[in-house]
Amino acid sequence: MLHTVNKSPFQTNSLASCLKHAQKGDAILLLEDGVYGALKGTIASGDIWSKRVELRFYVMSADVAARGLQKSQLIEGLNMIDAGGFVDLVVAHKTSQAWL
Amino acid sequence: MGYMLNGTDFEADEEGYLTDLSVWNPDLALLIAQSEDLEMNDERWEVVNFLRSYYDEYQVAPAIRVLTKALAKTMGPDKSSNEYLYTLFPYGPAKQACKIAGLPKPTGCV
Amino acid sequence: MAEPAKSPPAPPAKSTPKKFLYVNRRAPYGTIYALESLEVVLIGAAFDQHVALAFIDDGVFQLTKGQDTKSLGVKNFSPTFRALGDYGVTKFYVEKESMQERGLTLDDLQAVTYEDENDGFKEKPSIQVVSRSEMGAIMQQQDVLLNF
Repeated sequence: MLHTVNKSPFQTNSLASCLKHAQKGDAILLLEDGVYGALKGTIASGDIWSKRVELRFYVMSADVAARGLQKSQLIEGLNMIDAGGFVDLVVAHKTSQAWL
Repeated sequence: MGYMLNGTDFEADEEGYLTDLSVWNPDLALLIAQSEDLEMNDERWEVVNFLRSYYDEYQVAPAIRVLTKALAKTMGPDKSSNEYLYTLFPYGPAKQACKIAGLPKPTGCV
Repeated sequence: MAEPAKSPPAPPAKSTPKKFLYVNRRAPYGTIYALESLEVVLIGAAFDQHVALAFIDDGVFQLTKGQDTKSLGVKNFSPTFRALGDYGVTKFYVEKESMQERGLTLDDLQAVTYEDENDGFKEKPSIQVVSRSEMGAIMQQQDVLLNF
C-alpha cells in the first residue's frame, strides 16, 4: 500500500497515526506540509528513523524546495521524487491511503 | 418557493422541500401534496408518517431501498413493493413522500 | 451462403463489488470531516459495494453516546450511524488503543446494531473493537481506502 501524508507532524498526528498502521513493505510519501516530517533532529524524526528498514519513504522534492529546506536538513536515506515519481508510486501500488 | 397556509408563509427550497422541518404540520402536508397533484389518503399517510418517525429516530431520510425494506418489516410485503410505492407517489416515493413529510431531500437518492 | 448471424452485443461486464473502508480520524463537530464522511457513506451504500467503517484517533469520539447539539444549533448526526445497518453497513471497526488514549471504553459508545439477514434477522452488534495492529491488517485487505 502507498500512504500519503500532507500535514506537518507538528500540527496533526497524521504522520504518527500513519506510521502506526502501515505494514511492512508499505511506501510512505511525504508531500505538501508533510515534508516537514522529513526534517532530522525534530521530535518527529525518531518515528521515521525507527521505521526506515521496514517501510520505504519518499519525499516530494518540489514541496521541499518551495519551503526552503536543504537536503542536509533531511533524514538520510529518504527518496526524493518529482510528480512523475508520484505517478509511478501510485501505479506500483494496488491501493493508496491519504492521511489528511 | 414557499407555501402559504392560513396567512403564514413557510419557506421551501427551489424544489419545494421545507427549509425548516420543525414547522411541519399535517395541514401543511396536505398543501404540499396538493402542489404535487396528490390527494392524501390513508395509504399515503402511512408512508409519510413512517418517514417522519424514521427521520426522528435516525436524523436521515431513508434511501428508497432502505424505505422498502423497512416498510416490509412494519407493514408487510404487500405494502412495501416499489410498484405499490410508485402508485402512491408517481414521481418517486423517496422524493415526493419526503417532501410531503417535510424532510430534506434524501441523501443518496439517485 | 447465408450471412453469419451477428452475435448480440455482449452485456456489460458485471463488476465484482469492491471493499471500501472509510477511515474516520476526526471528532464530530469541530470540523466538517465527520459529517461529510457519513454523507459519502450513505451515498456510496446505494451502489452495492462492501462498505465498512473504521474509527481511529479522534474519530472514536464520533460514536460517543449522549450527544446533544441543541444548544449548538447544528444537526446531531450520531443517530444516523444506527441507520447504517439498513444500508448494509454492518462493520464498525473501532480501535482499542485510540479509545484507551482518550479514556474511553466500549460503555461510552452508543450501541449500533444490525439485523443479520442470513441468520433469521437476529440483531447483532455492528461495533467491533480491534487492536491497532489488527486495524493495520484490516486496512491491507481493502480495495479502496477513504480517509476523513
